[in-house]
Amino acid sequence: MRTVRQPANVVAPLLFPMMLLAVNSGGLQAETQLPGFPTDSFVAFALAVPFIQGALFATMNTGTDLARDIQTGFLNRLSLTPMSGVALLAGQLGGVVVLSLVQTVVYLSVGYAVGVRPAAGTGGVLVLFLFATVVGLAFGALGAFAALRTGSGEAVQSLFPAFFVFLFISSMNIPRNLIEATWFRDLATANPVSYLLECVRSLIITGWDAEALALGFGLAGAIAVVALALSSWALRERMARS
Amino acid sequence: MRSLAVAHGVAWRTLHNVITNPSLLLPSLIFPLFFFTAFAGGLSNIRHVPGFDFASGYTAFQFVFVLLQSAAFGGVFTGFGIARDFESGFARRLLLAAPNRTGIVLGYALAALGRWLITGAFLTVVALAVGMDVGGDGVDLVGLYTLALILNAAAVLWSAGVAMRLRTMQAGPVMQFPVFIVLFFAPVYVPLALLSGWIHTIATVNPVTRMVEAARGFISGSPTEVALAYGIGLALVLGFSLWALRGLRNAEAAG
Repeated sequence: MRTVRQPANVVAPLLFPMMLLAVNSGGLQAETQLPGFPTDSFVAFALAVPFIQGALFATMNTGTDLARDIQTGFLNRLSLTPMSGVALLAGQLGGVVVLSLVQTVVYLSVGYAVGVRPAAGTGGVLVLFLFATVVGLAFGALGAFAALRTGSGEAVQSLFPAFFVFLFISSMNIPRNLIEATWFRDLATANPVSYLLECVRSLIITGWDAEALALGFGLAGAIAVVALALSSWALRERMARS
Repeated sequence: MRSLAVAHGVAWRTLHNVITNPSLLLPSLIFPLFFFTAFAGGLSNIRHVPGFDFASGYTAFQFVFVLLQSAAFGGVFTGFGIARDFESGFARRLLLAAPNRTGIVLGYALAALGRWLITGAFLTVVALAVGMDVGGDGVDLVGLYTLALILNAAAVLWSAGVAMRLRTMQAGPVMQFPVFIVLFFAPVYVPLALLSGWIHTIATVNPVTRMVEAARGFISGSPTEVALAYGIGLALVLGFSLWALRGLRNAEAAG
């Protein structure tokens, strides 16, 4: 409910990724003329980006909300109640997951409106919803961990540029095999965000690509497990201190 | 003379704050560098797109855009500082103390200019270090950097007008978003001729497109649409000067 009550937390993850999609898909359409480019529609290629960019916003929203609870002393008061830490985290992340699903509906609708049809069909769309849930959970848990460790909304917000670097130094705007600069291709290959993007992209452009799906779900799942474990530990530490 | 003294004081204080505060200085250095890396490094293969014929190569092509972007955002970031001064109460004390308040706007504009000179110099050194090909001569380069300075002035005057009307840091997106949109609806990744559809239509009527194209002409040594680009830039500065000065009157009236 807290996510819904703050329009900025809902509108920003929906609007800004769409703006970037519009700008990039318009400006980079000519890139589809490069030999080996996997599709003749740059919108189809770029539609994967909002999924990950939206998840970055989820990280910020969860982290900032939780940091505010710490700064206002609300978390201290909660620690006096019988409420378990798991329930608190689940409550925080529940809103993020729901928002991720709403984002998926919006992004896919915009894609349909401009003529993008996922190559993997209806089953692929369902997998996209599942992937969005896992990615939302993973990034939301990262935001929660940052908030619990720092206890500062500003510190959480300052992570945004760092996450943005990961997004830009990836296969966000061009397939990895078409990146000409070797050092950039190596960075993009080492960057997990490339595989998250390529997982979504495979369902939209290629169809069913087991390797892309395994890498995407594997990495998103691993980030989710690690981030949830870290945030649970950080919450216990925070509760013990308060 | 009194307005110049006020301008000098405001500019010195603002620049001093930026230079001595890493959290203000570093983002304005790192973000342009990051965009330059992501665009020029990641997308260099675009130079092989049929019809892409920019003589100085893709690194120079992107350098110009990032240079102009850093100039515009240098102005916007200075606008954030003005809003912060209003929130902290400093700007109100400044309004009381300044014998000529027009000098306040001028001072912030000079500070934005000084701030961008640091960023521009840093970005240029990095671009040359990675082997950027510069086809233009000295006169062309003066033309390029002067165009960037004009854009910097237009952006800070726009942001100052917003900051002085709203007088809160929450006005940040109002300052930043239109600048972002206008910049990215110019030919960012490919020349105007290679854009198609709705983005081509918007880019054609976007005034910043003329400035970007002219600036790219300067660096490749074949200046193009120079008079139009300068005319648009100076018109923007004039228009936003009036906007900023009316914002100043608005802040004065609010007390």
